[in-house]
Amino acid sequence: MVEALESLWADLAADFYTCFIEKNRWKYLTSGLSNTLLITFFALLIGVVIGIVIAIVRSTYVKNYKEMKPGLGKKCLAVANWFCGVYLTVIRGTPVVVQLMIIYYCIFVSSNNGILIGAVSFGINSGAYVAEIFRSGIMSIDNGQFEAGRSLGFNYVQTLRYIVLPQAFKNVLPTLANEFIVLLKETSVAGYVAVRDLTKGGDIIRGATYQTFMPLLAVAAIYLALVMFFTRLVNILERRLRAGER
Amino acid sequence: MNDKILIHVEGLQKEFAGGEVKALQNIDADIHSGEVVVVIGPSGSGKSTFLRCLNLLEVPTAGSIYFNDVDITDKSVDINLHRRKMGMVFQHFNLFPHMTILGNMTLAPIKLLGKSKTEAEAKAMELLKRVGLADRANAYPSQLSGGQKQRIAIVRALCMEPEVMLFDEPTSALDPEMVGEVLEVMKELAHEGMTMVVVTHEMGFAREVGDRVIFMADGMIVEEGTPEEIFSTPKQQRTKEFLAKVL
Ligand SMILES: Nc1ncnc2c1ncn2[C@@H]1O[C@H](COP(=O)(O)OP(=O)(O)OP(=O)(O)O)[C@@H](O)[C@H]1O
Ligand SMILES: [Mg+2]
Repeated sequence: MVEALESLWADLAADFYTCFIEKNRWKYLTSGLSNTLLITFFALLIGVVIGIVIAIVRSTYVKNYKEMKPGLGKKCLAVANWFCGVYLTVIRGTPVVVQLMIIYYCIFVSSNNGILIGAVSFGINSGAYVAEIFRSGIMSIDNGQFEAGRSLGFNYVQTLRYIVLPQAFKNVLPTLANEFIVLLKETSVAGYVAVRDLTKGGDIIRGATYQTFMPLLAVAAIYLALVMFFTRLVNILERRLRAGER
Repeated sequence: MNDKILIHVEGLQKEFAGGEVKALQNIDADIHSGEVVVVIGPSGSGKSTFLRCLNLLEVPTAGSIYFNDVDITDKSVDINLHRRKMGMVFQHFNLFPHMTILGNMTLAPIKLLGKSKTEAEAKAMELLKRVGLADRANAYPSQLSGGQKQRIAIVRALCMEPEVMLFDEPTSALDPEMVGEVLEVMKELAHEGMTMVVVTHEMGFAREVGDRVIFMADGMIVEEGTPEEIFSTPKQQRTKEFLAKVL
């Protein structure tokens, strides 16, 4: 009995050695982790930029289109709103892996900068979801705030910029942080197009050592630790924001 | 009060829900410079809609509104420029919660009139002193009482140096003990010669401060006249019935 345990222990130790220590294989995990974090961070950044623009276009269309003077501006808004609608439909209606592959094989044909490809792909994808977050954030601001801004002489976009968006941004911050966590896990499919993220790192170790259990378990444990860590941060953020409220 | 017509309303109509609700039907009215016009009437009679049409927060279905002889319902007019000259005070204050009182008051002068921060703040402080709230300059709206909020909302609008002030039931959301302090500020403003259009249920204020009272019902102006005429010798049956209920 004891012997069996001892040999199991020895096996595990040997496996651990092959997977992580031998040939410095642990570096696949650390560099993968840093790539995953970089991709997630820049993807969210791109997503936030795209998301804010779309949210502004779409809420402007809903709230301001009717009262706009006929002319170029109004036509541009209609066209922009149409494009945003198409973008949202396509991005939310297709799997992220397919989007990733299209961007890798059809657009970034000559590039093998994995972080760039990952950030752009997941950024474009997350933009659609962030847009909805911001849109509901803008819509949740009391109409009286718009009216107060407009009655002082601000135009619609100025009212958004100085009065509504600062409040909306504060309201959506926790949701946005959650989107970061979702994105963190979602980027795990980046390996499909040879991007060396955390999951791919584990997979490379699996391929090199013919060990399945340990590398994948390690990858899962790292994701879990990250998610738990960031969730905690979000909760603290949420509490801080709520404490600062009226 | 003088004879200059500041706002001239002609054949104003407003429909909601695709014509199902006729909130305003053929309103004609003049607001003279320096005049205090009080609009009274039962709930749903169109008082707010009328007031909000004056600065085009509601876009009229038909009719014209001339402000300083410019038809602001004309599509080629930049309404934002005219709104700077028309201050508005809302029932629910609508202060910007993410800014201090001073921030609330200086935002528009700085961004729209190109005033320097020092200049705008000096003007704001002067107004704050006049309404007795100078010590709250750096507070946030959430830290103020309702009466204080409304006084701030009034001076925020005054920071733009408007030619007319529009009030939509400025005291209706206040606890009774705070109504007085807001009416006091409005009274002072009236005495200084500000042109004011005030929708209110405060009949005492209408009688004391109003130069003219407009009684509305069912989207129409039923009767108008001096406070004395409306409150003491109303001519229309609708007016008599309404006053019997509220006085
Ligand atoms: N945005 C809107 N959509 C549809 N109907 C509206 C809208 N705003 C006002 N109405 C309708 O128009 C009519 C006039 O409303 P308004 O708010 O001007 O009345 P009011 O005299 O200000 O009433 P109160 O004393 O209750 O404030 C009402 O029948 C109201 O239901
Ligand atoms: Mg009303």
